[in-house]
Amino acid sequence: MNQIPALVRVFAYLSILTVGGGMAAFPEMKILTVDVHQWLTFSQLIHLYSVGQMAPGPNMMMIVSIGQWAGGILGAIAVLAAFFGPTALLAFIVAKAWKKLEKWPWRTSIQQGLAPVSIGLLLAGCFTMAKGAITGTETAAIAVAVLLILLQYKVNPALLVLASAGVGILTFMPK
Amino acid sequence: MSETAAKLVLQPEADSATASSEVSIGQIFLEFLIIGATSFGGVVPYLRGSLVTKRHWVDDKEFVQMLSISQSLPGLNATNMAILVGDKLRGALGSIAAIIGICLPGSVLMYVVGMFYRIHGDHDFVTAALKGVAAAAVGLILFTVMGLSKKSLAGKFDFVFMALTVIAVNRLHQSVPRTLVIVGLLAILFHRPRKKQKESATL
Repeated sequence: MNQIPALVRVFAYLSILTVGGGMAAFPEMKILTVDVHQWLTFSQLIHLYSVGQMAPGPNMMMIVSIGQWAGGILGAIAVLAAFFGPTALLAFIVAKAWKKLEKWPWRTSIQQGLAPVSIGLLLAGCFTMAKGAITGTETAAIAVAVLLILLQYKVNPALLVLASAGVGILTFMPK
Repeated sequence: MSETAAKLVLQPEADSATASSEVSIGQIFLEFLIIGATSFGGVVPYLRGSLVTKRHWVDDKEFVQMLSISQSLPGLNATNMAILVGDKLRGALGSIAAIIGICLPGSVLMYVVGMFYRIHGDHDFVTAALKGVAAAAVGLILFTVMGLSKKSLAGKFDFVFMALTVIAVNRLHQSVPRTLVIVGLLAILFHRPRKKQKESATL
């Protein structure tokens, strides 16, 4: 019944996968939180992640909502500690070593090699999410429109996400 | 060329570190709390505006260096930056103050939003709005991916490694760690250091 140990295990694991960005962990987050532990449904996960894009701060704060649903306030705190603790410790330790390795030739190789893989992981996360979020012509049009506007103009992305909520209400409200 | 540039950067670093030793833990916490509460639509520009422009806690070159380390390591850019800058200013305690500060406002907000969504998430009105929001989020991630690709992918082989990663995760349903290790190693070996120009010419 007590979900806290499972929450800690899942989010500590997901923490290590966030290479390049939070989205990199999204495919496994879907499997673990939706399919394995059934803390929420896939569409709830997508909704929470998307709403989280309007919140300030690091963009994976929606994990707090999952923790809260599964384990109350303690669940929320456990998830935060599990998700940010391991990578924080790693950054703290590795960054110092990394600076000293300035002249180690493999350092550049590692950075160059990890770049395409981390971008690929973000893209894989994006596709996983699109499977649930892009359900027809209208949603596809919204996604493309947001992409084109961002490519063309310097707009705050949070505002575009907010505007899309309005578009969603106008488009998808049952008459 | 990058080596000499790095030397130049490393030199003033010691000076700015002593200059910033007067920054208190409370100040660090408060500054990151403000960033955490106001950084709508992406944290990095707010971090730069606050830490480099407003407070002069890090200079621009160091900021870029820290950001590149943050991006190579697992973890979100925002929290990795908090750890690095906090550590630079006041060691481990500074890091802890910074990461708690930057995470606190968003966590509290998403805690409340999560509760609200759980109660009202199935109203037609909310479902319709969220459908739009989720579609927009997909467009936003694509934009991020395109920006990163333009900045850090060099040559067609990088696109091959990127495609391999996507196929491994989405089509072959491989776990992210396995994909990361296998494709990552291949890509790192591909980008291995080449000592002489002769070597790279024969390849």
